[in-house]
Amino acid sequence: MGQFHFSIRTPVKGVRGLGSARSGTEHFWRQRLTAVALVPLALAFVAIVICASTRDYEGARALVSHPLTAILLLLFIVTGAIHGKLGAQVVIEDYIHHEGLKVLAVIANILFAAVVAVAAVFAVLKISFGV
Amino acid sequence: MAEAKAPARAAERPLSPHLQIYSLTWTMAMSVIHRATGAALYAGTLLLAYWLVSLAVGPRAFAVAQDLFGSVVGRVVLFGYTWALFHHMAGGIRHFIWDFGYGFDQKARFALARATLIVSLVLTVLVWVIGLSVG
Repeated sequence: MGQFHFSIRTPVKGVRGLGSARSGTEHFWRQRLTAVALVPLALAFVAIVICASTRDYEGARALVSHPLTAILLLLFIVTGAIHGKLGAQVVIEDYIHHEGLKVLAVIANILFAAVVAVAAVFAVLKISFGV
Repeated sequence: MAEAKAPARAAERPLSPHLQIYSLTWTMAMSVIHRATGAALYAGTLLLAYWLVSLAVGPRAFAVAQDLFGSVVGRVVLFGYTWALFHHMAGGIRHFIWDFGYGFDQKARFALARATLIVSLVLTVLVWVIGLSVG
């Protein structure tokens, strides 16, 4: 039977390897990449929060505005937002089967991640630049 | 033909998946908790954003945030957030081990699943002991 096997897909389709959703392994790859990055970044985040908990307002601002702290926080926020957006999208696609609702939820997910990330990034930058 | 003889003991074969006879396994429980902690962390990013924005706004807004996070409810939520973070992290590392093709036999799977829970609980308690002793 094997010699009768053929595909109606063109060879270029297989070479591109993008599959039916036309995005290939992009989601999987970004999810794993952000996951690796988040291991040290989340540990740094926990350490920063513990340090901040011992300080008053001025002390906490000084801590967050230190370049090392600010850079680690910014990386954690942005990487976490991308990772969370990817994960929540999988949950939405798994559980919401109504096409319209699913599209709305996917949009809301992206907007939520963007708003939270921009708010947190802006706060860190404002504190860092002392304005 | 005569009726089938009753088996001397129940055959040891896997039960088919069904809500009422599904026996909960460690790997299954950790899979569910991995997704649940992920969802909790997703909501928890609001806490991080709120904390940083309050620090950027000024001393009064920051004092309100500190009071909220320092309250009993606030501390319980932050404790849960810490555990969710460590559990999701440990679960992620477990998935990495699987991604590289290791840890698929039954013993390894259950050991990894148990380790996920134990490591996350130990790290959470450790972080809170450190946090409360320095704070």
